[in-house]
Amino acid sequence: MRIDVKKTYKLFIGGQFPRSESGRSYEILDSKGNFLANPAQASRKDLREAVVAARNVSEKWSSASAFNRSQILYRVAEIMEGRSEQFVSEIVAQEGLSRAQALKQVSEAIDLWVWYAGWCDKIATIYGATNPVSGSFYNFTTPEPVGVVATFISGDSSLSDIVHGIAPVLAGGNVVVAIANEEFPLSAVTLAEVLATSDLPAGVVNILTGKSSELAPWVGSHMDIDGVDGSGLDLTAYEDLRKEGAENLKRINRFTSVKSPQRVLSFMENKTVWHPIGI
Amino acid sequence: MTFEYSPAPESTAIVDIKSDYNLFIDGKFVPSKGGKRFATINPANEKVLAKVTQATAADVDRAVKAATDAYRKTWSKLSGAERGKYLFRIARILQERAREFAVLETMDNGKPIRETRDTDIPLAAAHFFYHAGWADKLEHAGLGPQPKSHGVVGQIIPWNFPLLMLAWKIAPALATGNTVVLKPAETTPLTALLFAEVCQQADLPKGVVNIITGDGATGAAIVNHPGIHKIAFTGSTEVGKLIAKSVASTKKALTLELGGKGANIVFEDAPIDETVEGIINGIYFNQGHVCCAGSRLLVQENIKEELLAKLKRRMSMIRVGDPLDKNTDLGAINSQAQLMKIRELAESGDAEGAERWSPECSLPEKGFWFPPTFFTGVSQAHRIAREEIFGPVLSVITFRTPSEAIEKANNTPYGLSAGIWTDKGSRILWSAQQLKAGVIWANTFNKFDPASPFGGYKESGWGREGGRHGLAAYLKGDFA
Repeated sequence: MRIDVKKTYKLFIGGQFPRSESGRSYEILDSKGNFLANPAQASRKDLREAVVAARNVSEKWSSASAFNRSQILYRVAEIMEGRSEQFVSEIVAQEGLSRAQALKQVSEAIDLWVWYAGWCDKIATIYGATNPVSGSFYNFTTPEPVGVVATFISGDSSLSDIVHGIAPVLAGGNVVVAIANEEFPLSAVTLAEVLATSDLPAGVVNILTGKSSELAPWVGSHMDIDGVDGSGLDLTAYEDLRKEGAENLKRINRFTSVKSPQRVLSFMENKTVWHPIGI
Repeated sequence: MTFEYSPAPESTAIVDIKSDYNLFIDGKFVPSKGGKRFATINPANEKVLAKVTQATAADVDRAVKAATDAYRKTWSKLSGAERGKYLFRIARILQERAREFAVLETMDNGKPIRETRDTDIPLAAAHFFYHAGWADKLEHAGLGPQPKSHGVVGQIIPWNFPLLMLAWKIAPALATGNTVVLKPAETTPLTALLFAEVCQQADLPKGVVNIITGDGATGAAIVNHPGIHKIAFTGSTEVGKLIAKSVASTKKALTLELGGKGANIVFEDAPIDETVEGIINGIYFNQGHVCCAGSRLLVQENIKEELLAKLKRRMSMIRVGDPLDKNTDLGAINSQAQLMKIRELAESGDAEGAERWSPECSLPEKGFWFPPTFFTGVSQAHRIAREEIFGPVLSVITFRTPSEAIEKANNTPYGLSAGIWTDKGSRILWSAQQLKAGVIWANTFNKFDPASPFGGYKESGWGREGGRHGLAAYLKGDFA
């Protein structure tokens, strides 16, 4: 008989897999109530490290060509496909779904990466504009990323929601600090392992596991976070975060699990440029 | 060199200012429930123009009720095409009464008649005309096949472009099918009250537009009224943050147009005479009471002396004085309070070691005045480099390399506007890409158009006004 080699579920910060600096972890049970794992419980300091890692690579990621970003997001889908078996067994264990149901979720999640990958180099074409202003001026508007976006993953389905929380934000050229769903964190950590091997520059996505309610106030008041997807927070925590976030006027949104380009646009800022026309 | 001009005042005979104004609610001017009157003065001579009403919470409630009824019973039942016709009517009446509005605006605000006549009023009319055409095309606005209006919109506008800001707010709100409760600024209520008459002349259904005057307390009553579904605010970043906090635990939508500290970047190869005009227009237009003003001049070190010499010469030709005079370039500061704020910040520039320069000019004795001014020797840490002055005061900062220019330009919590002056096309596009600002003027400055989205990054606000992008502020798309 062979004893399994079990995985340690750690944080994903700046391309590394550290434990929480606080030394904390918390217990996750499977759907039958048995011990499943001890993922790291991220602290305020871990969050700050993640924001620093994200900010450092923000310019590199936002100035990469849209085609390049598109290929990297597609690459995530490729790598995920090869790992589907692991995602399936984690979903079965975490959520108690059948293998067939779990496989459907994994397939949906992979296809979602492909869908968002395609948006990278279309969003500005469709949602930018040239504006016919009076006078001799050329005038155009183009959407640009807001910068560092924190995203609270909701838990309606453990895997698609992770992709909804991360992929559209990346497609718009933002960098991400994702806070995994508290109940179902394992898929998020496994996705981190996929992201680490998908040509995504280190720090473009950082994933924290732990207590959303503990981290939310620090996300709200962090002055170097530009946007927040609060889909994974309960209403009270979300409203409190909006109050805190008003201090630097963060772009704060929450979404239902619907795929839409509005999800990409919600963390983009329109820039309008004027230039005179003349000879 | 000095030019001598004879006075060329615009006649005030065209305006008919009443001694007292009531509130415009449900299509009629009605007295307040318990509100006091306060005076609005001409800041160029401190004479009282009229007394207007301090609307109470009860008045706000009445206005919201009128707007709610109008939304339910008439406005939401009209087709987009029919709504649009009302906006076209309003645009036409504004054009017909343009001179009257221009004179009244100049009297109440203190800005030169040349600007109200050539900029504020024509642009306000153009805004209604532009949005009129959107009313029946909203399914093409990029927000899904059936975007929906919010309902009752509360709008609070500033004193720097009173009628124009009203147009920026009311035109898109009505075109998208919302009804409105609007509060003009305390110091500049008169053109909004005259606009109420335009609504009557256009036969706009009662309650679709309600205009209530008052101070910040009235504004807070609008923001906190449960019957309002969306707030649109233009004003200071400080108040914008307070509003964002107070709606945080409600379902109210919010757009904010806030402060700025725009960098106007001049590279060594800039066409220098045009650049000087652009700098003047960037900071001395509208007495510098412009959220997107080019209030930080970032000049490449090797051309600083030449540029400043030309700027001084040009500034000495700026005519400061009677706003109603057609030759006036720089009018009155809008209020005593604003004048004190400008003085205080300018004095902090002196105290922190920057060097002040203004051309010699005689200022009128009555009224609120501040000469066109710039500071050299300004460091990034000085208050005049960081804080919005909202007056005719320019901070001059130098840089050596393009990257340094961008870094300094972006070193602010604001992100509303920026200017780029260079003859090199690729450098314009590179700079425009790097700058964290919502509106970038390259080899021009302070241009506005209803078709062009306007609004800020970072702490300069949320959302856009104008263009297709501005419609999103007043519609719920497939994701709201």
